[in-house]
Amino acid sequence: MTSAHSKLYSDDVSLVVVVVDTNPFFWAAAAAALPFADFFAHLIHFVNSILLLNHLNRVVVIAAGVSSCAYILDSSDVSPSGGVGISDTFDRASRKAEEFIAQDARATAGNGSVASANAASLLSGALSLALCYIQRIFRSGTRHPQPRILCLQGSPDGPEQYVAVMNSIFSAQRSMVPIDSCIVGTQDSAFLQQASYITGGVYFKPQELNGVSAIRRLSTWDMFVQFVCQYSARIRRSVQPAGQNSVVSCLI
Amino acid sequence: MGSMTIGAKYKTTIKDPGTPGILRMNDERFTFTPNDPRSAMKFNVDFRTIKGHKFNKVEGNKAALLNLSKEDKAGGYIFEFDNVGNRDLSRDFVARVLGKHQGIVPPRPTVTPENSVASAALEQLSAAEVERRVKLLREDSELQKLHKKFVLGNILQESEFWATRKNLLEDEANKRSKQRPGFKNALVDIKPTTDGRTNKVTFQITPEMIHQIFAEKPAVRRAYLDFVPKKMSETRFWEKYCRAEYLVRTKNTAAATAEAAGDEELAIFLKNDDILAKEAKMKIKRVDPTLDMEADTGDDYIHLPDHGIHRDGNKETVDADSELARRTLSQDLNRHAAVVLEGRSLGNVESTDPKTLAEALVRSKKEPPSTSIVDDANHERLVKVARMTEIEDLQAPRSLPYAPLCIKDPKEYFDSQQANALRSLGGSNDGRKARTCSLSTEEAFHHLMDQMSSIKVNKLNCPIIQSDMALKVLNELNEGISRSRRLNLKNPQEGLLGQLPQHTRDELMDHWTAIQELLRHFWSSYPITSAVLYNKVQRVKEAMTQIYQKLQLIKESAQPDVRHEISRLVKPMTQALDAAFNHDVEQQQKSSKAGNRHNGF
Repeated sequence: MTSAHSKLYSDDVSLVVVVVDTNPFFWAAAAAALPFADFFAHLIHFVNSILLLNHLNRVVVIAAGVSSCAYILDSSDVSPSGGVGISDTFDRASRKAEEFIAQDARATAGNGSVASANAASLLSGALSLALCYIQRIFRSGTRHPQPRILCLQGSPDGPEQYVAVMNSIFSAQRSMVPIDSCIVGTQDSAFLQQASYITGGVYFKPQELNGVSAIRRLSTWDMFVQFVCQYSARIRRSVQPAGQNSVVSCLI
Repeated sequence: MGSMTIGAKYKTTIKDPGTPGILRMNDERFTFTPNDPRSAMKFNVDFRTIKGHKFNKVEGNKAALLNLSKEDKAGGYIFEFDNVGNRDLSRDFVARVLGKHQGIVPPRPTVTPENSVASAALEQLSAAEVERRVKLLREDSELQKLHKKFVLGNILQESEFWATRKNLLEDEANKRSKQRPGFKNALVDIKPTTDGRTNKVTFQITPEMIHQIFAEKPAVRRAYLDFVPKKMSETRFWEKYCRAEYLVRTKNTAAATAEAAGDEELAIFLKNDDILAKEAKMKIKRVDPTLDMEADTGDDYIHLPDHGIHRDGNKETVDADSELARRTLSQDLNRHAAVVLEGRSLGNVESTDPKTLAEALVRSKKEPPSTSIVDDANHERLVKVARMTEIEDLQAPRSLPYAPLCIKDPKEYFDSQQANALRSLGGSNDGRKARTCSLSTEEAFHHLMDQMSSIKVNKLNCPIIQSDMALKVLNELNEGISRSRRLNLKNPQEGLLGQLPQHTRDELMDHWTAIQELLRHFWSSYPITSAVLYNKVQRVKEAMTQIYQKLQLIKESAQPDVRHEISRLVKPMTQALDAAFNHDVEQQQKSSKAGNRHNGF
């Protein structure tokens, strides 16, 4: 699993596509451990820190809902008010997220088959959107940033999406785009384990210790921060307590 | 262990031309006696004052040097030898003696382990293996030090020490089979030098050239064997040979014929080489010209007239009746090429005495003529196969088949195993199903929308990082960076190690190599599955503890101005040792927790 050749890319400039799981069922169930509001706030901080590292960095946030996916945030968009601070990013993102959730609700209501409590979010769709965006960037000029995809997943995998997800994983592998995954739920995701293993990314799922939810204990920020720098994501920091095991991290 | 006497030149410096003399060495001392009795360069030195020896790689015309260095590096003795062989012999002898003096005992084939070292099975080593190890130890003083410290200190066993160095031993074995250098590609050209003032013409013949001449011109060789020393002295023989060459070269055919008529030995040199002619004829007879492109009538060039250009470039054809050889350039080239490609078949004949050389060549060339008559097809084929000789240098390096890298089955990493693994390690079971949501679709979405609105209300009120804390950390980091920059820019030449005194530096380096070796053995012994490994780990741990204490001592006793540097250097070492100790403690705790699996370790 080779990493991207640095010759093609501008040094140190990265394009991070974050795929956020907005499955309402999952978030409703996880409301006690981690409210979606906190999670979203942490996400915005994370996006901001990536943008701070290098003024050429770009971040795209894609929301994966139950019936649809959409772009929530593109850091290269010029906001209507003209500001570029974090609060501005936050405003834009939250507005778009709200619209998306409403739209997703409408779509789900209309589509009767997706009514179970264990519905999966549309990971395959979101990955496809991400890869299309990255391809567009590739064709935009000779020097482009180094792309990677970060998936924040909480809901379980939908077996009906298996083929589509594997296709996206292989095309990511071919384009040499690593897929990092961070599991904010309680269940491991086999799809994302495969994705990270095949494309050479990092799969991270914090363990629960002594019954305390890992999410709470580690605060989402601590988890995210290791994904901020593209290199630190490759080097798993050993803050794991004893007993951590079988977390697939492919060190390159 | 014997003694050795060899001729050498003693030099005080490399540039010194050197005083020729005799070097005598035995187990205790070595003496040098110059040839010139008036010279003051004689000395008698005890080997105990010699701490090391160095030798140079000989290329081209460089002399073969051996440098024996004294203990405090205050000086040494440099000897120059006539050839590399002599130098290598002396070097090996010196290495043996030094090894003995510095207490290195070469391993014996049947190592009986002592009681304090829990033994594995007795190691059966072949003599070749033992020799290789000893040679490696001799040539690499670092390795020697490590070996002395660990194996003789009963911390590691011979087998363990060499287990990780198999590739070195293998290289050593392969180095032996060197390809012998063959003949030079250039034609043997005996060019005379002329003295402008007088009419003298000087020829210079080296033993190498003699060897080549004997190989290329068997008639000359036969003449040499016949005439020297019975009929004439060697110098006289070569004089005649050179005279013959000179006559041919100067196209002085008239003089050549005249002299050949007068001097029968000279005539031999000027005639066609009849041995070669015979060989060519035999070769042609043996070959089926329809099948084998190797030899055909073209080889019999001696009898073909007007073939090729002459050695000196003119093309005129000489009188066909002349008995003198008409050696053309192509004939010479062909013959030379054939000889070079044959290679030096006399690998072991190192002596430069032309007589022995000639005899050896004759012996090697002697083939019973009966073999040429054997028409057996199989035999021919076998002979051809045998001729496909292996060129050792061009073979791929025969490295040991290492155990293949075992990358575990990725399925093991995945979900199905995780629950079991977690359970066995006593961690909390994450395998339970996620909390199922009992809300309906509408309610779920409703909940999410509520969350989003609460976001809009609260904006970004949750502080991820406290700003004053962050500022403090940033300031401290900046200060640290600028401080280290200042320090480093002050002494750009001196690195970290440059500021330390020499002996501390050496000590630290020694400790570091020791730690590396110990850690390698430590980590390779996990997981512990047998009593042998357990004992090994105990031994290694003891050694590591000792080194750890020594490191602490160094740190504490350091001078205040270098204390910081020393602690920076020592830190990674202690960290590595700490990690090892921690791992060991954990493993012990685990095994004591799972009490019923305690197999008596």
